[in-house]
Amino acid sequence: MASNRNSSRHQTARHRISVIAGHLQRPADSNAAVLAVECKAQEIRPTVKTGDRSEGRTVPRRRQEIMKWNGWGYSDSRFLFNKKGQAEFTGRRYRLSGMIIPNLKDWFESTFGANLQHKTPATPILNSSAVQRPTLNEVFVEELKSTGIPFSHEAEDRVFRSHGHCLHEIFALREGKIGRLPDMVIWPNCHNDVVKIVELACKHNVCLIPYGGGTSVSSALECPPEETRSIVSLDTSQMNRILWIDEKNLTAHVESGIVGQDLERLLNESGYCTGHEPDSMEFSSLGGWVATRASGMKKNIYGNIEDLVVHIKMVTPRGVIEKSCQGPRMSTGPDIHHFILGSEGTLGVVTEVTMKIRPMPEYQKYGSVVFPSFEQGVACLREVARQRCAPASIRLMDNEQFKFGHALKPQVSSIFTSFLDGLKTFYITKFKGFDPNRLCVATLLFEGDRERVLQHEKQVYDIAAKFGGLAAGEDNGQRGYMLTFVIAYLRDLGMDYYVIGESFETSVPWDRVLDICRNVKARIIRECKDKGVQFPPLSTCRVTQTYDAGACVYFYFAFNYRGLSDPVHVYEQVERAAREEILANGGSLSHHHGVGKLRKEWMRETVSNVGVGMLKSVKDYVDPNNIFGNRNLL
Amino acid sequence: MENKYRVLDKVTQQDDEEFMDIVEDKRCCSDFSFAFRTFSPPPYKGAPVCSTAELNRAVLESQYLRYEIKEVAVETGSSVEEVRDEVCRILREMSQNLQLRFIRLMAFTVRKVFKRIFSAIYVNMEGVNALQQAAQESPVILMPNHRSYVDFLVVSYILFSYDIPLPVIAAGIPLAGMKIVGEILRRSGAFFIRRAIRSDKLYWAVLSEYVRTIVRSGFAPLEFFVEGLRSRTLKSLPPKLGMMHMILEPFLKGEVYDVTLVPISISYDRVLEESLLAHELLGVPKPRESTTGLLKASKVLRENYGCMHVNFGRPLSVRQLCEGKLNRSQYNLIPRDLPQKPNAETEACGSWLAHMIVRIQEEGTLTSPWSLMACVLLQVPTAALTEEGLLFHELTEQTLWLRTLALDFGAHLSWPEKLSDSEVMSSTLALHRSVVYRKAGHVYLVRGDEPERKHPISPEEDMMRTAVAFLMMVSYRNQCLHVFVRPALLALAMSITKSTQRDELLTCFCFLQELFSNEFIFIPGRSSQDFDEACSLLKKCKAVHVSLWDVTVSDTGLAVLSFLQELLKPFIDSYQLMFRFLCEERDCVFTEKEFLLAVRTLAAKLISSGELHTYEALSSDVQKNVLSALRRLGAVTRIKTSENNEYKVNKSAVRRTGDMLAGRIPPQVVQAVPDARL
Repeated sequence: MASNRNSSRHQTARHRISVIAGHLQRPADSNAAVLAVECKAQEIRPTVKTGDRSEGRTVPRRRQEIMKWNGWGYSDSRFLFNKKGQAEFTGRRYRLSGMIIPNLKDWFESTFGANLQHKTPATPILNSSAVQRPTLNEVFVEELKSTGIPFSHEAEDRVFRSHGHCLHEIFALREGKIGRLPDMVIWPNCHNDVVKIVELACKHNVCLIPYGGGTSVSSALECPPEETRSIVSLDTSQMNRILWIDEKNLTAHVESGIVGQDLERLLNESGYCTGHEPDSMEFSSLGGWVATRASGMKKNIYGNIEDLVVHIKMVTPRGVIEKSCQGPRMSTGPDIHHFILGSEGTLGVVTEVTMKIRPMPEYQKYGSVVFPSFEQGVACLREVARQRCAPASIRLMDNEQFKFGHALKPQVSSIFTSFLDGLKTFYITKFKGFDPNRLCVATLLFEGDRERVLQHEKQVYDIAAKFGGLAAGEDNGQRGYMLTFVIAYLRDLGMDYYVIGESFETSVPWDRVLDICRNVKARIIRECKDKGVQFPPLSTCRVTQTYDAGACVYFYFAFNYRGLSDPVHVYEQVERAAREEILANGGSLSHHHGVGKLRKEWMRETVSNVGVGMLKSVKDYVDPNNIFGNRNLL
Repeated sequence: MENKYRVLDKVTQQDDEEFMDIVEDKRCCSDFSFAFRTFSPPPYKGAPVCSTAELNRAVLESQYLRYEIKEVAVETGSSVEEVRDEVCRILREMSQNLQLRFIRLMAFTVRKVFKRIFSAIYVNMEGVNALQQAAQESPVILMPNHRSYVDFLVVSYILFSYDIPLPVIAAGIPLAGMKIVGEILRRSGAFFIRRAIRSDKLYWAVLSEYVRTIVRSGFAPLEFFVEGLRSRTLKSLPPKLGMMHMILEPFLKGEVYDVTLVPISISYDRVLEESLLAHELLGVPKPRESTTGLLKASKVLRENYGCMHVNFGRPLSVRQLCEGKLNRSQYNLIPRDLPQKPNAETEACGSWLAHMIVRIQEEGTLTSPWSLMACVLLQVPTAALTEEGLLFHELTEQTLWLRTLALDFGAHLSWPEKLSDSEVMSSTLALHRSVVYRKAGHVYLVRGDEPERKHPISPEEDMMRTAVAFLMMVSYRNQCLHVFVRPALLALAMSITKSTQRDELLTCFCFLQELFSNEFIFIPGRSSQDFDEACSLLKKCKAVHVSLWDVTVSDTGLAVLSFLQELLKPFIDSYQLMFRFLCEERDCVFTEKEFLLAVRTLAAKLISSGELHTYEALSSDVQKNVLSALRRLGAVTRIKTSENNEYKVNKSAVRRTGDMLAGRIPPQVVQAVPDARL
């Protein structure tokens, strides 16, 4: 019986890996480079064997071996227009890899007024001479050497840790411009290594900037240009073990440097998952999630990061902060976890986290619904939230994004499929009378045991039908989710052809969702026009999360910058205006990206003077010498 | 060519625009085929057509009204159903019922009538095109000035001609009471608003939700008269702010991206209601709006009323205008469906916007030759004008002089270009033969209809006959006062203070603005800009020298200055008369009615004795303005708001104000109490 269940669990595990990790294949030969310095002060090892250290980790110390230094993701995966002018996606990692995407060119050219003849290629290799020489704190370095913790002050290593993925950061890298960067990178292997590093940093007054997956989009990783001390980037990527799994309480104790895909894969091997899947999960790390209050797409079942953590260990200049027990809820004054969650690396380094885990779902099903208009789509999502029957994930794309998703359809192999597609389009637009320029689509993901999923699916589709929604198949749904993984790659393609863009998010009460979507999109278009952008921008949004009292809205914004002398500045002005508009319409400063340095200016009005004062006093107590000097948040 | 306004800082003068005669234009096709033209306006983006029933249902079922209904039910102790029924009743009485067939009917008749009574209706095509564009982008608010009942029809008529979505129009409730006509107006898009509704919570709630729903849905432009009433004096009225706030709210709450305001200036060569208005000002009650009354009035349709100019102003984006003035996140913490009083900042912004719209309307109006002539004629002693007359060539000469001055001050004239000056003069006189006539090279004031009565007319009746013509002339002068008022106030300040010092003049200027803020429209908080404008205009016509500290009269400036001072003299005289009356009166408490009657008697006595030279003191408008000015300055307080307004006078304060106006004591600017009005 038990073995039976075990084997079925293994089966589902395999199925699941093939579904979500199909496009997240681990690199074939990533291990060679990883040099495991066994942590000498390792605590009592857990009974659960979590595999050899040198196996199965995505992120090597030298990230440049597998990742782009001036763009998103893996070096082998990128979009390009081939000689025939067709778009294709290279590599073998993703479902889309190696495929031709026939409609992308037309969409790209017509949406942005871009032209394949007008190219803006990136500087191909990093010119080390453009990199500032490191300012090293010799005593610190000496003492560090004696601890045996690996470190580097090579230019490439430092450049990699000098940025996140904001547009201005990537744009500058593509132009070969490099500003203030960390003077040294350091790779602790375990909690105790971090304790030593922080002690040394305090002793020698060195500035520490924790670095996890490097996927920040809030300028959080930017080195403050005014920082005169030696800046050390503390890269947690080698602290990537699952230390133990507690099957009785369904928790796992994990080192903070593990990236999302590794965490899921390793847990899956034991039949568990965390269910925390932010769009950046391929690269973002557990510690980063905690430090920014991350949100995963399946939060409806599993919760956001703050719901998932049971225990956090953080090393601060004052020492280690942690709770004494793992009680599921405590009434012991303000929850100290909430000083840590969202602290954005200003207070210390998160080293270990105990998280909830769940048995892997037996069954998973994608789905999609087409609505005649965005308004009806939002009304449907609101109703789903009211009835509290949201599937693991439910997202609503607006019309522009629907078209965008459509443009990303890979070439279909058979005439039959294309015939079917044609038929579907005909049915929806002609027979049902949907206006192709107004309709929008919701993508769904159901999880659970098979029967419940099917029941749940019916419930959701019934609600959708009340709002004019038509079920539009699993395929559309799945493609919608795929889009989130490749969109960052697409930005790099755009930047090859004068198109720059970015996404930003907010959360907003239900009654304002439609208004905020309309107003922010309109504001973006208006600002672009006013700032002299020659071509109409792409200004689109989607509702990506539902809550009892509101929703998370994502905006995508991109434009063709030909004819502008300072496109990044224009971009930043428009984004700033869009953020003002969001705040004026009752949206929050951020739902899960965080504040960083990009949105600092609005913190005071967001949390009030007293709020800022509270945060400041915590910072002053915990880190009086500003060792964690990335200057985020405040 | 951009159409610009001085009142928006960046703005200068409007270039001469091309006006097109829309009546002339259509003469080729028949009224019938005009009325049945295909009408297919491009809709406001994304706005589905909204039927009357749907609109009313949306209003009735709104969260806001549901909340207010509950509140009112609790307050009055009646049941929710009863209150809801009352809301339905209000809504039935209020709601428009726009139907294209009735617009066609209206277009047909209106065109017939217009062709008969107007020689031309000029419309600036550029404004129409801009409006057409704007109507597709955001909800549009049409804001015409209001001088005649004709205003109601003409905008819809033009929009119908140019394929722009037809407006729903805010109208006063009396119009709804007219048989048939009320219904026709309703079906042409009018919705009806009761007067004095501030205190009626439920009515206010229904109206504001009704207006907001129209703006939110954007299915039709909303037309309303920001002055609230038809101006009896042809002068701009201080704007009413209630409606303005209702319109701003959907924008402030983020329910629409933007709201577009389109000021419209309608100028008439001759107003249909001219003599009716003059009689009304003299205390003859306005006939109730009734269909039979309208039919009786049909004799007015047999006359010629010259030209009419409809100037569509540049569409103004509320979003742009309010940028930096308002914090929209003030609505973030309370559900937007709940009633929320606008805060001080919002109130001020609404008031600023409304005043600015009125000023733009003023700047967009065209000044007719007749209006300039009225200014000249009014500076001639009335007795002389009725007895000896004014030499025609003298009138011509002075009018032409005034024309140059008006142009210097940036006025737009509707001076026919193809005619010689004397032709213009004679045709103007001919058009206004109800007020003046020309005989043997002289121009005389018409003295009412000779009553066909046996017994000789009493001196009072005699005076009234003159007064009617006089007040008609005053009205036409008022049409162009806005051109002169700022320099004139400066000229006045110079004569009152007898000073050349700039800061002293500014203080007096501000005092005068405050005192006369019911007479003339000034944008709140812009006194010093107004003062600078006055200085630069007087400098431009070489009447004064302006330095950093001083403003001095130039050698040639006396003519201009004394003309300007003379222009405002009737106001000064009338105000002083009423101040004197209030100080000498034994009682300190009186009702408004008593005041008007007593002042009128006193003024009539003084006019016939030759002590008072202006008939304007007889105008109930001026009389009421004095009351509100004194109330604003705190010299008079209202003690009872119900039924008859009762007032209490602070005699010493009134005397002080009079002394300041006469230059006996230096003026102080009193911090005015904000005016709470609809």
